[in-house]
Amino acid sequence: MAAVTADQTTQGTAGTADEAEAERLAAFDHAVAADDRIEPRDWMPDAYRASLIRQMAQHAHSEIIGMQPEANWISRAPSLRRKAILMAKVQDEAGHGLYLYSAAETLGTSREELLDKLHAGRQRYSSIFNYPTLTWADVGAIGWLVDGAAITNQVPLCRCSYGPYARAMVRICKEESFHQRQGYELLLALSRGTPAQHEMAQDAVNRWWWPSLMMFGPPDDASAHSAQSMAWKIKRHSNDELRRRFVDICVPQAQALGLALPDPDIRWNEELGQHDYGEIDWTEFQEVLKGNGPCNEQRLTQRRTAHEKGAWVREAAAAYADKHAARPGTAGAAAQPVEATA
Amino acid sequence: MNAALALGDDALVLSHRLGEWAGHAPVLEEEVALANIALDLLGQARLLLSFVGDEDQLAYLREERAFRNVQLVEQPNGDFAHTIARQLYFSVYQHLLYEELAAGEGEFADLAAKAVKEVAYHRDHAEQWVLRLGDGTTESHERMQLALDALWRFSGELFEPVEGVDIDFNTLRDSWLAAVTSVVDRATLALPSGPQSGAWAAGAGRQGLHTEPFGRMLAEMQHLHRSHPGASW
Repeated sequence: MAAVTADQTTQGTAGTADEAEAERLAAFDHAVAADDRIEPRDWMPDAYRASLIRQMAQHAHSEIIGMQPEANWISRAPSLRRKAILMAKVQDEAGHGLYLYSAAETLGTSREELLDKLHAGRQRYSSIFNYPTLTWADVGAIGWLVDGAAITNQVPLCRCSYGPYARAMVRICKEESFHQRQGYELLLALSRGTPAQHEMAQDAVNRWWWPSLMMFGPPDDASAHSAQSMAWKIKRHSNDELRRRFVDICVPQAQALGLALPDPDIRWNEELGQHDYGEIDWTEFQEVLKGNGPCNEQRLTQRRTAHEKGAWVREAAAAYADKHAARPGTAGAAAQPVEATA
Repeated sequence: MNAALALGDDALVLSHRLGEWAGHAPVLEEEVALANIALDLLGQARLLLSFVGDEDQLAYLREERAFRNVQLVEQPNGDFAHTIARQLYFSVYQHLLYEELAAGEGEFADLAAKAVKEVAYHRDHAEQWVLRLGDGTTESHERMQLALDALWRFSGELFEPVEGVDIDFNTLRDSWLAAVTSVVDRATLALPSGPQSGAWAAGAGRQGLHTEPFGRMLAEMQHLHRSHPGASW
């Protein structure tokens, strides 16, 4: 690099620093190229760190906000078995949020900081959770389509270049696959149930199909972060590639369910060996991203309210930990909050 | 009165109330913990109700007057302190009860032996929060005291004998009072001083006499199931 050489001749020390920087970058690029994992203590470019924080935070926030549309049906689940499955699923989502915040914290941020940004509207969550759950069948459609799209997106992340993220994804994908099968099975029961249940299932698929396709993000030619993310091996496949893979998976599943996908343009393309499908309404996508979807306001307000109403509880826990850590002879109290009294 | 119905309804109704917290908890760890407890209770409810008949028929097609749960578990969540106070009173009771049942040879011995591990965790969770809220900030101390006081009058009902549950409920009451007193003391709180039941409330839930919020809870819980008679889900 010309600039480095010039620096070296004029300023010896700065030149050495730049040289060291160039060496670190070369080592990083080499590690990425060799499919080695980047770990928290490894050097990484600032932009790589920032990009990962952005993506992992958005992913964590999606798990947390994503609890709301499903939790909306916990109190009305129509059988105790379904109620147990749904509660377990929403609980898993809170757990996934926790893994992902922890993974993001390895990059030098904190959960509090990320939640503050979410609450201030400065970090995003998946656009899909701005759609309402209007019937019980929506719970099944979310499991089948939304979790299905998430898995298609996330399985390649198990090989992401950043170690903590990749390892979190291995664990999360296992649980997500389980949820996806349960959602499919829920829809199957409705589809094969009474005419009213079948109609409920079809209506839910009609409403969730297009928003699920939008989960893969903007088309490749309009995706701001894609090229760099792929070069860094954070992302392994393009948005459109994953979206098409998802359509190919869903078409036979919809047939097996006995439900129609609401797109008259879906057909098998013999030549390309894949399905063609209709045009996504990108205007709607942009509106939802801008905050004008059906539930954006409601989702963020509920999240902020839960956080604000919980402030006194968190303050109490902190005050208690302080008091008990300060007492002589209880040095371990803060790290081990369970009292040792019998 | 059918004992499995009484114990099953307790677990079912409290599970439902805890499920209402999903997405509203003060911290993510509590989203996990409250859902976890709700799931344990729902599991117990399903086992107990299936001793009696079809779990879904029992949960979704009985009206308010046919439910046999104590009034304590049907009380609305209120703030986090109210939820924790309800959880303390109930989980200490349930833990002591299940320990007794697990040690005996009655029809609930097997179920209690399995559930007692879950319930010990619920009790620990409630006790730890009573300590933190009671001995936390001035605000949390006041809220915790208010919650303990508000729910106190539903605690006496826990010790009305349940037909078919072969234990001494007077001994249970003494153990419960000792355990709750100990936690409340350590949390720098005062044991509520009023009566442990209203003039006609003792044992009322077990007789199918409930409080007003319960009907509304059932309306929400049963609505979808009742809207599709005979459907399976």
